[in-house]
Amino acid sequence: MSTLAVVPMLNYFGYLFDAANWKLSADNSIPVLLVQHLIYTLVAVLVSALIALPLGLLIGHTNRGAFIAIGLGNLGRSLPTFGLILLLVTMVGVGVVPVLVALTVLAIPPILAQTYAGIRSVDPAAVDAAVGMGMRPRQVLLDAEVPMALPLIFSGLRSALLQVVATATVAAYASLGGLGRLLVDGLSRNEYDQIFAGAILVALLAITLDYLSAAVERAVVSPGVRDTSRRRTRGSRRSAQTPVEDTETALSTPR
Amino acid sequence: MITYISNNYHDIVADLVQHLWLALIPVVVGAVLALPVGYLAARRPALYQPIINLGGVIYSIPSLAVFLLIPVVIGVGVLSPLNVLLGLTLYTLALLARTVADALISVRGEVTEAAVALGYRPIRMLFGVELPMALPVLFAGLRVATVANISLVSVGALVGSGGLGNLFTSGFQLGFTEPIIIGIVLSMLLAVVFDVALVLIQRQLTPWSRAGGRA
Repeated sequence: MSTLAVVPMLNYFGYLFDAANWKLSADNSIPVLLVQHLIYTLVAVLVSALIALPLGLLIGHTNRGAFIAIGLGNLGRSLPTFGLILLLVTMVGVGVVPVLVALTVLAIPPILAQTYAGIRSVDPAAVDAAVGMGMRPRQVLLDAEVPMALPLIFSGLRSALLQVVATATVAAYASLGGLGRLLVDGLSRNEYDQIFAGAILVALLAITLDYLSAAVERAVVSPGVRDTSRRRTRGSRRSAQTPVEDTETALSTPR
Repeated sequence: MITYISNNYHDIVADLVQHLWLALIPVVVGAVLALPVGYLAARRPALYQPIINLGGVIYSIPSLAVFLLIPVVIGVGVLSPLNVLLGLTLYTLALLARTVADALISVRGEVTEAAVALGYRPIRMLFGVELPMALPVLFAGLRVATVANISLVSVGALVGSGGLGNLFTSGFQLGFTEPIIIGIVLSMLLAVVFDVALVLIQRQLTPWSRAGGRA
């Protein structure tokens, strides 16, 4: 048993460190798959953000249609994304476009729900102050509410990003390109080193993208509104209610 | 649709049962492990941030990659159900360790001070005061973990143990939408049922939160 476990362990790195797999012309070339994965991810997140951000701002600002944002957010959490991708591809046919559409659709609920929650979480006194200073409704939204809602908006964008990276990986099963190819092809051919290379690269890609988006968040979000939950100290007067909201809204689900 | 269900009734039930085990065992194991880890993070401020950050990193790794990295680490086959079980346990632990820590930190000072004045020692304080006070937050985390696990199990179909996910892959391979739709509906139903069940259990366990006061 122990020898069986050790021998493949040594072979795991074969694919990852084989220079041939890093050539652009290679079958399942690592750089090509990586770029594909990045393109799918960025396109899906960008398009879904273009749809979900304005909608979330509108719903949060007017507080009309809140059930849409909350309901979609909950629905998105319980939806088995793998099943949805396969359902779409089975109905529409294999291709990059249907899968990209599915990825985009799946990225909308977290962004929409968190943007809505972010706007609603803004202290009404601050909004009153903005109105009192003579801000027009548009300015209230864009100059007062949005900056204060940014931490939650970013948490929505980041969970959408991770969701798309992960779902694009399993979508390789439905013939999508990207790093998931290494996993799916490796599994079907029983090539452990290819599977391992894919798993490591997918994990690193997700961690890197999450890290980069956290860096963007730090650069964009005003220090005054930055994630106050971290600064909570023992014995502070905050009620036990706050972390419930933190857990329910700020945490994404893994995919 | 009806024909498909009646023809494949036994397979669907078997997938459903497997789905339940694969989703719920990790919730239980992960929750039990999260208690000491979260406690440590709450009590040792120096450990809080590292534990949270590690959890965040684990959390950001896509499930399929986790399922396939585990066999390398523990040396089992790629198709072992242990991979899915351990992967989901890891996610649950990563989520709930933070929940436990935040929940314990959020217990208000007056309450613990009152308990100290009543002569509570640390152990009794933890189980008699702090954990019960933290229950609403813990249950919120437990609900997120349960729903996430139930929707994640299906990815396991790619590595040989996917519960209802088996319906997705077989439907895709055969070109039938019926099994896929049945799998999606059943998976979401399971998520709703367990979410509601957890809410009901929490109500039973925290009668004070129903009385209208903010505990």
